[in-house]
Amino acid sequence: MPDHDVLVIGAGLAGQRAALAAAEDDVSVGIISKVHPVRSHSNAAQGGINAALNPDDSWESHAFDTIKGSDYLADQDAVEIMTQEAPKELLHLEHLGVTFHRNEKGELGTRAFGGASAARTYYVADITGQAIMHVLYEQLMKYSDEVARYEEYFTTGLAIDDGGACVGAVCRNVKDGSMELFGAKSVILATGGNGQVWQPTTNALICTGDGISMAYRAGAVLMDMEMIQYHPTTLAGKGFLITEGARGEGAHLLNAKGERFMERYAPNKMELASRDVVSRAEQTEINEGRGFPDGTVALDITVVPRKRIHEALREIVLVGQDFAGVDITKEPIHIKPGNHYTMGGVKTDVWGRTNVEGLYAAGEVACVSVHGGNRLGANSLLDTLIFGRRSGEDAAERAKGREPARPSQSVLDDEQARIGEILGREKGSGRRVSEVRKELGETMDKHVAVFRDEAGINTALETVKRLQEEARSCYIDDRGSVFNQDALGALELGYMLDNAEATCVAALHRTESRGAQYRTDFPERNDEEWLKHIDLSHKDDAPEISYSDVTMTQWEPQERTY
Amino acid sequence: MAAYTLKVRRFQPESGDGPYWETFDVELDPTLSVLDGLLQAKDRDDGSLAVRCSCRAAICGSCGVKINGQSALACKTQIGEAKEIANRRDGGSEPIVVEPMGNMPVIKDLVTDMESTHWTKIRRVTPWLLPEGDPPEREYIVPPESMIDITQSMACIQCGACVSSCLSMEADPDFIGPAALAKAYRFVGDPRDAETEERLHDLANDPHGIYDCTHCFSCIDACPKGVAPMDQIMRLRRKATAGYEIDDHNNGMRHEHAFVKIIESKGTLDESLLLQESFAPGLKGKLAPRPGAIKGLIESIPTAIRGLRSGKMRSLPKLIPGIHPKLPGDAQDNVRRIYAHAEDHSVELNLYIRGEEAEEDAPVPEAEAVPAAAIEPEPDEGGG
Repeated sequence: MPDHDVLVIGAGLAGQRAALAAAEDDVSVGIISKVHPVRSHSNAAQGGINAALNPDDSWESHAFDTIKGSDYLADQDAVEIMTQEAPKELLHLEHLGVTFHRNEKGELGTRAFGGASAARTYYVADITGQAIMHVLYEQLMKYSDEVARYEEYFTTGLAIDDGGACVGAVCRNVKDGSMELFGAKSVILATGGNGQVWQPTTNALICTGDGISMAYRAGAVLMDMEMIQYHPTTLAGKGFLITEGARGEGAHLLNAKGERFMERYAPNKMELASRDVVSRAEQTEINEGRGFPDGTVALDITVVPRKRIHEALREIVLVGQDFAGVDITKEPIHIKPGNHYTMGGVKTDVWGRTNVEGLYAAGEVACVSVHGGNRLGANSLLDTLIFGRRSGEDAAERAKGREPARPSQSVLDDEQARIGEILGREKGSGRRVSEVRKELGETMDKHVAVFRDEAGINTALETVKRLQEEARSCYIDDRGSVFNQDALGALELGYMLDNAEATCVAALHRTESRGAQYRTDFPERNDEEWLKHIDLSHKDDAPEISYSDVTMTQWEPQERTY
Repeated sequence: MAAYTLKVRRFQPESGDGPYWETFDVELDPTLSVLDGLLQAKDRDDGSLAVRCSCRAAICGSCGVKINGQSALACKTQIGEAKEIANRRDGGSEPIVVEPMGNMPVIKDLVTDMESTHWTKIRRVTPWLLPEGDPPEREYIVPPESMIDITQSMACIQCGACVSSCLSMEADPDFIGPAALAKAYRFVGDPRDAETEERLHDLANDPHGIYDCTHCFSCIDACPKGVAPMDQIMRLRRKATAGYEIDDHNNGMRHEHAFVKIIESKGTLDESLLLQESFAPGLKGKLAPRPGAIKGLIESIPTAIRGLRSGKMRSLPKLIPGIHPKLPGDAQDNVRRIYAHAEDHSVELNLYIRGEEAEEDAPVPEAEAVPAAAIEPEPDEGGG
């Protein structure tokens, strides 16, 4: 049995940062990922990372923008920590070798981003997430004696001891199908978000909410699960992301009549209002017949100087070319709001600690909450790094001097039996996993998206419950051990359905409009009743609702205009 | 919607059988990708079809495969275009052929073992920044263009398409290879790294290092991200030679100088001069050969004979000094002018930032684009 002081599950930015931070504390660290670490979805963060590093900027300003962006649902103590620690973290990355853009003096240079009152987004062309993640992976290779990497190990469940503490995890080695029980004094979940629950989505195929589901089933509380971000600029049909950096560089949004419609919705910030605002504006234009026949509006990047496009938006030039057949330097590209980010997740404190002893969560899987009802662009990378590091530090501290974990062998037996049952299902006995997954995605995108109402969410919830039943008998073709992606797909479907159920329950329950949750039947924000988090715990195989307060420090809720 | 046939090279390791071909009929929009086609086959027909994939948007680097023999990302190759290429090659209704990447062991179907080849080689180049001393309080101050320059190799997503297509690696499996060398340039070109010269010494003197590349351009064709690994290898060579004058055990620097000099004086490659100029350059080199020159020359004879036998070197008479044909007219003067221009404009040209150099809509001026090629003459024939 592999045994570590700190076991990190997930190797995107949050996971890698946590592993490196824990290793600095001289504890034994293992990092597990169902794909090779550099395949993780942090790659997709194009635009940049926010930090109030310039002397004329301040963490208070960054914090206020974040809190306003969150529609006052973010916990202000957590936002303060994130924004205060941002400059130091950014410089740390620069020192490790991230090739951040420089100004003409050779110093770190910035670009503008949505919802921000200062240009405080630091970037590497439009591959910021990829650049940071590959540099962190360089560090993991450097410290391979200190951090054991388990690449292409799929985590099927957490090991919880009799006292309710997390003491490890069970994983399937994707390459040969062997199952292993990992013992750990502290376990950090860094498994990312759940975008695949929606179709289409900007998220990678691996973003199936694994950690959210596993934590929930292990007794952890989920928070703000109704808060799902729709990004304003995604390619219709395929869901590919066009970075907010494009608007940061000055691109315009136009409806089919050629109007710069954001004038009507956010006269001051225009295209750079926060994402929920811009997505709603676009969807309104589309719904009211001012979009294009393919259900889109246009993003006009041609107004950005070509030199600048090639230097700063290179990836978008390629995306336009390869996936839409459009030369974005010459013509506008059709876009629409698309599923993008999970603001909610496993509830943690500012050290990444969940309510389950020994279990931590960081990054998109977690909900600290620094994003509340709506995440600002370029705050996600920051979230992963700050709370990844803090989780790593605290998890290492907790592990020191503690007796080695002794997870029960029965956890492994249970997980083996569960997979054995899936492998043993008779062919043709039920629906195919892919069919169920598709129906789930389309249902959620139809009913639990930019605009929501009670009837729609109820329809979605009923569908999810039916699909949960159907998933129990989904059959798969592959009975083998080596790279059996079919079996893993069946497990992921289960995770996704848990996520979907939680989102529907919370979205139905929150009878107001705040951030990404816009209820057409309750169009106003209602601070009196709803300035609070919805918490969900797993009881009798369904989410049980409770509430927790939003932590306020110095920013009182105001009306939100951009 | 259109119908396509994918002919997939499959291997099911637990079956006890060898690799085999299987065709899948799929229906999808021509603008969707080969990966979408594979996933449709997997979803509808056979869930055991193994292919690594994640982002679907050419960012994660998972789905490197060979499509119609060309290494590429399945998600970045439109199925309609792949079909056209298949038709062109086979002149009709041929299927789109999908195989696992080359130069790597196959684990199952389209899944290859990247650890044993690709990642081992990446780790070979000490792939992390080695700065001097403690970091500054704020950021390192570096020229802005240096960051743009190495951002080209940072754009690498480690998909392995270049490794898969690398002809040198086919001949020498120990070749460090295009991906790892591009990664090496990311540090060599980084002004924050303090071990530039050590890195270059290491890569120049390794018999499987920077001089093992034969300029075949396959990696540039295969790379889905415009990293142009061969260009990065050439940058490493120029830093090793022009930058640090590293006189390597592979005779790489002298061989490169020989190429440059021969083309400068003859316009095309005079193969009769190549070996002697590589080992004993100029009159001085011949009158007072440096230690090892004669030995090196003699050791190269078998290679030359193999080159002649295989037709790689053109013919025996071409090896007689003095009969190499001159360029017609004033072509030779033009070649010299290109050299002069290159020397006057000896700034490293990173084509990655072409858009920045160009004025609105103006194409890159010919003269700007030429020097890089002139500094690195491509051997039209003969060893590189």
